[in-house]
Amino acid sequence: MNNSDGYVTDDGRTIGGVVMEMKNITLRFGGVTAIKDITFDIREGEIRAIIGPNGAGKSSMLNVVSGFYVPQEGEVFFRGEKRPPVKPFEVARQGIARTFQNIALFEGMSVLDNVMTGRLTQMKAGILSQAIWRGKAEQEEVEYREICERVIDFLEIQSIRKTPVSRLPYGLKKRVELARALASEPTLLLLDEPMAGMNVEEKEDMSRFILDVNDEFGTTIALIEHDMGVVMDLSDRVVVMDYGKKIGDGTPEEVRNNQAVIDAYLGVSHD
Amino acid sequence: MPDQLVYAMEVFLNGLMAGVLYALVALGFVLIYKASGIFNYAQGVMALFAAMTLVGVMEGQVPFAHLINAILGTKVHHFGWHLPALIGIVSTVVVMVLLAWLVQRIIFKHLVGQEPIILFMATIGLAYFMEGFGDMMWGSEIKKLDVGLPQGINLWIDETTYGIFDYGFFIDNLDIVATIIAAILVGGLVIFSQYTKEGRAMRAVADDHQAALSVGVSLNFIWIMVWSVAGFVALVAGIMWGTKSGVQFSLSLIALKALPVLMLGGFTSIPGAIVGGLIIGVGEKLFEFTVGPLIGGATENWFAYVLALLVLVFRPQGLFGEKIIERV
Amino acid sequence: MLYREAGDFSKTYREDSQTFPIRFDRYRYYAVLLIAFAIIPFLLNDYWVNAIFLPFLIYSIAAIGLNILTGYCGQVSLGTGGFMAVGAYATYKLMTSFPEVSMVVHILLAGGITAFVGVLFGLPSLRIKGFYLAVATLAAQFFLVWLFNRVPWFYNNSASGQINSPERTFFGIPITGANTEPWAVYLFCLLFVALSAVIARNLTRGAMGRKWMAIRDMDIAAEIIGVNPLTAKLSAFAISSFFVGVSGALFFSVYLGAVEVGEVFGINKSFLVLFMIIIGGLGSIFGSFAGAAFLVLLPVLLKNVLVTGLGWPTDIAAHLEFMIVGALIIVFLIMEPHGIAQLWRIAKEKLRLWPFPH
Repeated sequence: MNNSDGYVTDDGRTIGGVVMEMKNITLRFGGVTAIKDITFDIREGEIRAIIGPNGAGKSSMLNVVSGFYVPQEGEVFFRGEKRPPVKPFEVARQGIARTFQNIALFEGMSVLDNVMTGRLTQMKAGILSQAIWRGKAEQEEVEYREICERVIDFLEIQSIRKTPVSRLPYGLKKRVELARALASEPTLLLLDEPMAGMNVEEKEDMSRFILDVNDEFGTTIALIEHDMGVVMDLSDRVVVMDYGKKIGDGTPEEVRNNQAVIDAYLGVSHD
Repeated sequence: MPDQLVYAMEVFLNGLMAGVLYALVALGFVLIYKASGIFNYAQGVMALFAAMTLVGVMEGQVPFAHLINAILGTKVHHFGWHLPALIGIVSTVVVMVLLAWLVQRIIFKHLVGQEPIILFMATIGLAYFMEGFGDMMWGSEIKKLDVGLPQGINLWIDETTYGIFDYGFFIDNLDIVATIIAAILVGGLVIFSQYTKEGRAMRAVADDHQAALSVGVSLNFIWIMVWSVAGFVALVAGIMWGTKSGVQFSLSLIALKALPVLMLGGFTSIPGAIVGGLIIGVGEKLFEFTVGPLIGGATENWFAYVLALLVLVFRPQGLFGEKIIERV
Repeated sequence: MLYREAGDFSKTYREDSQTFPIRFDRYRYYAVLLIAFAIIPFLLNDYWVNAIFLPFLIYSIAAIGLNILTGYCGQVSLGTGGFMAVGAYATYKLMTSFPEVSMVVHILLAGGITAFVGVLFGLPSLRIKGFYLAVATLAAQFFLVWLFNRVPWFYNNSASGQINSPERTFFGIPITGANTEPWAVYLFCLLFVALSAVIARNLTRGAMGRKWMAIRDMDIAAEIIGVNPLTAKLSAFAISSFFVGVSGALFFSVYLGAVEVGEVFGINKSFLVLFMIIIGGLGSIFGSFAGAAFLVLLPVLLKNVLVTGLGWPTDIAAHLEFMIVGALIIVFLIMEPHGIAQLWRIAKEKLRLWPFPH
């Protein structure tokens, strides 16, 4: 583990060494290069924002981090070890969970069932045990139900736990998605535009939850977000992308004053 | 030339012609699918219904005779007239357009935006309904259809090939006519969709309903038009097959034959339907001819499907279909 | 006033996850079981058993099977007829090769064999999705029917190509063949139905069920949160085919006694079971029963009312049946895609509030 020293933030949180490192990542889709030679890292316990104008390649970057896309060039290091290309469903077992820009909840199930799916990777009981609903299967169900209920309490969605997800308003759906991601007790949480489409109060609630998750569980968080106010308030460090390249990397203060970043957002023409 | 090769050539030619007919039927499906995202399983039953209506009109059958007799105790069955084929065909076309309008209004207007599989199941329901309805209206016995198409083995080909290969090819006149008509229709449909205003509107609808609406295309009109064209195609297919083997239930199984053609060619591709039809037509017959006798025969029941399945496994969008890209 | 939830709450998660959390529902369920096991056998005669109860029970198992694959896991299959045939022919070969072994073993083994075949034909589902997959399953349907028609080993080289079920007993009571009693065959099938329902219910409410539903609702998201699509889909095919195979086995050995594969297990059978789960309710065990009951009773009802009652010819009744079934499929798909099960749920909700409107 690349241990440039951890440090303690002003508000008392401990940020550790590097937990995830992207080195020289290049990602292409056919003729389009979505990500060009990007290198950055994520430290344990921090809140890392990925920002940039539309089309910069942020969601693709998140997909590379989560393992869904395999970059054509470059390497991903997770906990100091090079991560081999794995099937998407195996990444979840490494303790990485994510939410999606356009909600990807299971519309045919209730809130509780959706949250419980977050724990599916941990459910080990065999099929025979499940078929008779005794022994290991039942035990696991009850145990995991407890964990999920704690997450549900944490995100204050107890009253809707049996409601079919399709009936919920947008803001609550986003919260359920966060609950599902948290149910697996991840070490790294990836949030793709968690505030998209929310009003001021909803944003405040969501920001509070994100901070709480990081504070209480020590979860490392990487998020994509457009709302600059949120980014500046929440994050410890920021990566700025534009046209697939990295144009800024540092604390919110440093990035805010970076000329390249200002240009990108104001739309100064590129060469 | 070795005997087996000559036989194989005959089989190949017959396969080609069957393929053209498959292509025609498949085209009807592609049109509806492109315009509305619906795979119309009922296409086959519609072909059967069209053929039955044609016979019924020409022979002067009383519609729902059986039912009327059961309720009222009467014994009516025919009006007593015989109409020429042309009038029959025109009336049937009118009926099919009316049917298209009804189907659109009653069923698919309410299913806008649903997933393809739901729409598909709705068309299965429609197929069952139409089958019962058709039987109720015109009776379920086998009928003979004669619109004046030439039948019987083509003697000229028989003699000529005998002269060349010492073996007379048995190629049915009807098949030749069917191939020609089908080829003309296929060509016409391709020209229509590529070069006319309505065809372009149809393709716009196929791509994006909202966008098409926003440039002023009337969805209802396009859908009715598409279903009518499909109905007309069904009628032609019904006439061909009906003349060949009589108008009976097995006609509705055409839909089942078109499915593998579409799987192979890709559901959204007109050239795919044509190429797929030919491949399956020839492939089926050649497989039965070569491998069939070794494993018990009657392989045409499943060969098309297994072939299509194998192709789909390696190319899930079919040979010419659009690549399916999924994003989260 | 009768049907209330007030005061009826669960104190543990274990209680909360049971099948019938509301006490009234539980008692109703026990009552149904009592009637089914203890009362109906005494009221049966040949006609009732053969026209209604046996087909209902046996189709229920098939419907549960298909519902697992299509309703819970979202993989549409049009091969149900072919898989029932696998169950039937497997049973036939087992019965004739091992006449001493109990029927229960044969039927369960037949289910297992069908599960294996199901996994084989389910492999393409990893590459092909949605309605392309439905069409691909037709390959299974047609191929299997052809196989049992053309390969003489399957029907023990009999001249007619038909398979016949020899007499077998269960605890000394004949349950196949010509000398069976209505109550015996009824209870034998009921046993399998009860077991199937319990197992299906347990599988679908646990981790397995959630994996299936996740794949159904959004398979890419499911994969990202850690569901292995390969094992989830193949397990759905396997378990579903097991049930369908058991259903086919019972259909042949206990119900029909003699089968000619093209007539009995053709594509119409596949559609029939599919219609049962659409009308009954996709993704619902109760719905499987409701749909099976509906489609078994409808022709019987039509025949009794139209033919016996009004004196109409039988083919009109048959045509009308097609029209009604087709129309109902469309109606349900448009108005209530969750079928009778949903209507039942809504009715119960209203009943729980009655006489209050909300």
